[in-house]
Amino acid sequence: MKRRTVLGLAAASAAGLALPARAQQGPIKIGELNSYKVFPAFLEPYKKGWELAMDEVNAAGGVLGRKIEIVSRDDSGTPGDAVRVAEELLSREQAAFLIGTFPSNVGLAVADFAKQRKTLFIAAEPLTDKIVWDQGNRYTFRLRASTYMQTAMLIPDAVKLKKKRWAIVYPNYEYGQSATAAFKKLLQARQPDVTFVIEQASPLGKIEAGAVAQAIADAKPEAIFSSLFGADLAKFVREGNQRQLFKGVEVFNLLAGEPEYLDPLKDEAPKGWYVTGYPWNEIKIPAHAKFLAAYQAKYKDYPRLGSIVGYSVVMSAVAAIKKAGALDQEKLVDAMAGLTHSTPFGDITYRALDHQSTMGAFVGQIGVKDGKGMMVNWRYVDGKDALPSDDDVRKMRPSN
Amino acid sequence: MTGTPVLDVRGLAKAFGGVRAVDEVDFSVGAGELLAMIGPNGAGKSTCFNMLNGQLRPDAGAVSLAGRSIAGLAPRRIWRLGVGRTFQITATFVSMTVRENVQMALLSYHRRLGSLLSRARDLYVAEADALLDRVAMRDQAERVCGVLAYGDLKRVELAVALANDPKLLLMDEPTAGMAPRERVQLMELAARLARERAIAVLFTEHDMDVVFAHADRVIVLDRGRLIAQGTPAEVRADPQVQAVYLGSGVMYGHGG
Amino acid sequence: MSAQFAVTFASVVAQLLNGLAGASSLFMVAAGLSLIFGVTRIVNFAHGSLYMLGLYGGYSLLEGLQTSLLSFGGFGRSPLGFWAAVVIAALLVGVAGVLIEVLVLRRIYRAPELFQLLATFAVVLVVKDIALAVWGAEDLVGPRAPGLSGTVDILGRHVPQYDLALIVIAPVVLLGLWLALARTRWGALVRAATQDREMVGALGVNEAWLFTGVFFVGAMLAGLGGALQLPREPAHLGLDLALIADAFVVTVVGGLGSVPGAFLAAILIGVVKAFCVALGTREWLGIEISFSRLTLVVEFLVMAAVLIARPYGLLGRPPAVQRAATEPAPPLSPPRWQVWAPALVLLALVPLALPGDRYLLVLLTDIIIFALFAVSLHVLMGPSGMVSFGHAAYFGIAAYAAALLLKRAAVPMEATLLMAPIVAGGLALLFGWFCVRLSGVYLAMLTLAFAQIAWSVIYQWGSLTGGSNGMIGVWPPSWLASKSAYYWLALALCALGIAFLWRVLFSPFGYALRAGRDSSLRVEAIGIDLRRQQWLAFALAGALAGLAGALFAFSKGSISPELSSIAQSTDALVMVLLGGVETLTGPVAGAAVFTWLKDELARRTEFWRALLGLVILALVLSFPQGIAGGARQLWDRLRQRGVAT
Repeated sequence: MKRRTVLGLAAASAAGLALPARAQQGPIKIGELNSYKVFPAFLEPYKKGWELAMDEVNAAGGVLGRKIEIVSRDDSGTPGDAVRVAEELLSREQAAFLIGTFPSNVGLAVADFAKQRKTLFIAAEPLTDKIVWDQGNRYTFRLRASTYMQTAMLIPDAVKLKKKRWAIVYPNYEYGQSATAAFKKLLQARQPDVTFVIEQASPLGKIEAGAVAQAIADAKPEAIFSSLFGADLAKFVREGNQRQLFKGVEVFNLLAGEPEYLDPLKDEAPKGWYVTGYPWNEIKIPAHAKFLAAYQAKYKDYPRLGSIVGYSVVMSAVAAIKKAGALDQEKLVDAMAGLTHSTPFGDITYRALDHQSTMGAFVGQIGVKDGKGMMVNWRYVDGKDALPSDDDVRKMRPSN
Repeated sequence: MTGTPVLDVRGLAKAFGGVRAVDEVDFSVGAGELLAMIGPNGAGKSTCFNMLNGQLRPDAGAVSLAGRSIAGLAPRRIWRLGVGRTFQITATFVSMTVRENVQMALLSYHRRLGSLLSRARDLYVAEADALLDRVAMRDQAERVCGVLAYGDLKRVELAVALANDPKLLLMDEPTAGMAPRERVQLMELAARLARERAIAVLFTEHDMDVVFAHADRVIVLDRGRLIAQGTPAEVRADPQVQAVYLGSGVMYGHGG
Repeated sequence: MSAQFAVTFASVVAQLLNGLAGASSLFMVAAGLSLIFGVTRIVNFAHGSLYMLGLYGGYSLLEGLQTSLLSFGGFGRSPLGFWAAVVIAALLVGVAGVLIEVLVLRRIYRAPELFQLLATFAVVLVVKDIALAVWGAEDLVGPRAPGLSGTVDILGRHVPQYDLALIVIAPVVLLGLWLALARTRWGALVRAATQDREMVGALGVNEAWLFTGVFFVGAMLAGLGGALQLPREPAHLGLDLALIADAFVVTVVGGLGSVPGAFLAAILIGVVKAFCVALGTREWLGIEISFSRLTLVVEFLVMAAVLIARPYGLLGRPPAVQRAATEPAPPLSPPRWQVWAPALVLLALVPLALPGDRYLLVLLTDIIIFALFAVSLHVLMGPSGMVSFGHAAYFGIAAYAAALLLKRAAVPMEATLLMAPIVAGGLALLFGWFCVRLSGVYLAMLTLAFAQIAWSVIYQWGSLTGGSNGMIGVWPPSWLASKSAYYWLALALCALGIAFLWRVLFSPFGYALRAGRDSSLRVEAIGIDLRRQQWLAFALAGALAGLAGALFAFSKGSISPELSSIAQSTDALVMVLLGGVETLTGPVAGAAVFTWLKDELARRTEFWRALLGLVILALVLSFPQGIAGGARQLWDRLRQRGVAT
């Protein structure tokens, strides 16, 4: 019994010593996991984005004198598989830390796993507010502007219109629920006399668009707030147009300006809707121009928002390694807190307060040009301007 | 026939959508007696049988087993009161061995079905083998029912039917689908068991040879009504019975 | 607080039309499914994929298709082009159905019941990746129907012309089907086969051609339903699974094999959904009810209600003749200790032999937990003859029970491992009471309905369960924090659980279950209350699935509603069928192979889903008795040869 334990320990320590030693010579491995098969529309461009970033970093000589290698895995869109894959990336592939994830439940699961494993995790895409606030932890950072932030970005325009009767439609899961709650709270705070005349929660991917459009029309709203996206959005737009739901009604729709969701609508893109998104062909800042040129040269395709996310998350990872100067987890995490680096959307900072990056989003209206949807009257809203006060954040975030 | 009959049926009736399938039927079976129920197709034999074994609820009438009313009870309750059954098309557990089939009935009889951890195949082995001995299937006890010959399955059914030490045995066309030699053997076996253990046996049968050779008494149904009863000889001589069977040749075809 | 508004007559009419329009395609898909099931008894999981192909095919016929293999201009946006595209797409999907039947299903008709389901599951995986490769990841929004793109004013509401067209097309298709079934020789054969499959064989009809023909028609209907949705629904990769559950619901609510039943059921469900949307949020007796949120699960509520009231659906009939449809089930033998004892010892030694490999332990923990989950399902499916499509209900509920007890009630984790299975068993007792009153696919679908109801409660009850995000921080205490400690715990408990279930199968209780499956007539005639036995079996299987669920929760540290989703139930079903339903070790082998394959393939290739499907198809075709069944056959053959020489 004792001998076996000793042997086991010896083997364990031998393995433990040997592996990092071997890894030292090779590239720095970064573990990436995402739900590629479940959300391909967003994640194919995302993958192209991080591949481009990896190539650029390595062409410039890598970081800490070593190349980087991104080891990517499919998590099948379930937290159970994601946690297993994450373990594989860390223990078998000896990945330095983790990046990625798309759906919020997977993001949260990996965040909690990272906390348990005391390993850095940069959540690229999950929008849930909880990942940095209610359920935030020391080891997890999030790149994209959250549900709350994107909703908050739309509020000034919504208040300006002074509409009193609002209808709400959302995909019935956490993202839609949170967006709805945030929108109602923020709008009511600025415009106390507002009423919400109807609220429609549709099963994700299975909206009964005709019935929903009809029900909303019957409620006679002056404005609509929607957080639909993908196929649900396309159906809602078409059925709503046919039933003349949108005539004389202002519509606000989170995410609808993202090329992933806007482009499939083609000439039916709903003109005048207020949206958050990514007007890729009109952004003039140099960092974006450089990114755009490189992306188009490599892929003969234009970038989607996913490309930006994939590209930027690798940039964050590399900046963190450079700042930490080592692959020690605590040093990496300390480096991430307050880290500022450049992205195609300009400089962003991972706030030490809640580990949320200040990457913003573009807010504007939808227009149609040459049979294609596009964003007009847009402006970039910096993420730091769409966040609640530091005190409020402190109240939400557990102190750990 | 002395004392209370084992099975006593009075005024039994059942109609399906206005058609009287069984109409005011009276009869009884005594211990150790073999009573055959015959009649042409559609005479109401199956309906009658299914009311006795609990699969159908009678519209009217009394069915009593050793003085206790059983009309309308579920089949499994009737079985608990001491009624064994064999089916026209054998119903055995094909994924189990011959012995296990009998053990199954014994386990149910001894109310051991709630037991989760004991090993079923180690329980009541001796009793099962004794029953198999009685139907001459002991040597095939380890064989799986799914591979048995039809005649052997019938005998397994008989052993299963005897597991609850029944007062009454209901046999629906016990020899259907069997070769002539096997029929005689099976009926002789049934008759012997009935006499040895004083079991009342009610059976339906198409084969008149079987009926006249083995039944103590015969009742005849026609269009739901009981038209004759008596010893085989009496029934054979009954003009009404002859009229019912006229032309079909079954009454005299093979000779008695 | 949303204000209430009155539902006017005009809006009722408009919503009724919405419901009818929505029912149109659903009816066609369900009618196809129903025909296929009626004749071949195949639960065609790939029917949703055929529907999806209908949409993609229709899109490409209209708008053109550019791939490396072929380039096609499209019919353009004329009315003629549109309807030609719809019809041709339907016919092409019919051909795809024939290919599936001829290449795959025809080879495994003699396999144990439901085995074909596994093959169709594999087809779903393959078709999805093919669609991704051919049509890409982005949603494809089709054009509006040329000539029918406007609206009609009905009581002041704008009703799309195309919706009205769909409302007309559905009864026309129903009529056509009815004529084909009532007036043609093919229809007579289909009806005869639906009633009694043996009889058709006895009549000397070429069964293979009949089956192929039915597959063509059934698939064509799915394709037609899909192509007709083009002006209403973008072609996207989620369509197959989004539709298949609804199609099954409609088929079962209508009554398996009944085309008019499918029509009625589609209308019922379409209209109920539309009215749930129309009612929105209502306040009754001070309680606020959100009917719009109910759309998440309403079709399953309808199905549960219908099946409880009418065990064979609205227009279905109990199977006329109860004949053994397949070969009699083979005897059940306990696993040999020579097999499981060394396996167990080896598994127990893994952490000592390979101490550095944390990941291997994580993967093995998953496999072990799924093995218990699959074995608990197998107890119902195999020896008890009750197929459950909703076994994940108990897996997921127990995971949540464990997590909630730990996080909200501060119950020690060790105690939750005992309590969570009790909760799951209790739930199974409740659901099982209704389920055991049914049989066959109806029973399976009722288990699915209950599982979906459980899932939707977890999903919607955000304040308790964390909603779709789930719960995090569900970690075991420090003595189990190391991967090897937890592995040993899972191994010990799952091995005990499996041993317990196997032991039960050879107890009088388990014998009675198997007896009931072999002959329900005979068990009743020897005094066995079969329903009661089955009911308790349900609870037992639910409780052990619950143990697996609780162990799973603590091994991952987080849970979310998909633990009780259809996908999770399907995974368990696939494991059991893949391993082989007729051997006890089958589910264990199936759990190991499926979990390992998925993990391994997902790491190796981009199109791992198609590859997984192809590997399953290969296994299905080479081992129609499942992996364990096949291995045993091989072993027996080798031994016989050894004896002979």
